[in-house]
Amino acid sequence: MMLRELLLLATVLFSIGIYGVLTRRHAVALLLSIELMANAANIAFVAFATLRGGPGEVLVLFALAITVSEVAVGLALVMLLYRRYGDTVLDLAREARR
Amino acid sequence: MTASLGGALAAAVVLAAAILVVASRNLVRAVLWLALALLGTAALYAVLDAPFLAGVQVLTYVGGVVTLMIFGVMVTGRHTGAVVEVDRSGSVRALLVSFGFLALVGGAILRTDLGGPTPPPPPTTAELARSLLDEYLLAFEVTSVLLLAAVIGAVVLARRRDPGPTAGRRGMAAALAEEGPVR
Repeated sequence: MMLRELLLLATVLFSIGIYGVLTRRHAVALLLSIELMANAANIAFVAFATLRGGPGEVLVLFALAITVSEVAVGLALVMLLYRRYGDTVLDLAREARR
Repeated sequence: MTASLGGALAAAVVLAAAILVVASRNLVRAVLWLALALLGTAALYAVLDAPFLAGVQVLTYVGGVVTLMIFGVMVTGRHTGAVVEVDRSGSVRALLVSFGFLALVGGAILRTDLGGPTPPPPPTTAELARSLLDEYLLAFEVTSVLLLAAVIGAVVLARRRDPGPTAGRRGMAAALAEEGPVR
């Protein structure tokens, strides 16, 4: 695998994540798409680290920790949303902002 | 040769699973496709000489994040089998945006001269650990504080008391108007 192919793979994955974020209305599904995007960034880090050197692998470890905490807080928010309004569809949240 | 073949295979699996994550209407299935995508990424890391990262990826993502997500879906899922609507009305615009991003970044990648010096051999796990606790010690400690803050925040949010038995589906705007500002 060459660096260029891996970077293109990461870009395609990130675009898929963008599409998911823009089309999904369910909060958990939104989190899933965000995970895809974070994963794409990690692939780019590891590709650079292995094929060109640099501290990419350590950065991926930190990125993993950050993503995990994001998921924990995000899911807590989803639970709160569900307990208060009986649903986790984000259109309700949009409605509330008006 | 076998390594590049394995890498291509893992990449194909990751791509297909990622598409299914955003396309699947059943949330539980979407989470499981995400698990497959993350496992494929772990395989990719293994091909890229990063075995430690592959292990960490399986442990934290597939073991932790996906489990959490499934909990999230099941606890909040309606009894309809967690089938959710995909917003078809905005999907053309979303496709445009994501293809625009793809064209922009992909074009930049294709035009850039990515040739570089031959890299040093990738760090072994021992070297990785040493740099983590030596060169990146401050970031390491800050990360531990971040994790603590995230755990406390998640507990505080999830334990927050409910104003009524359940607000039901009467819409957030009405509920917010009654409750006043969120504490």
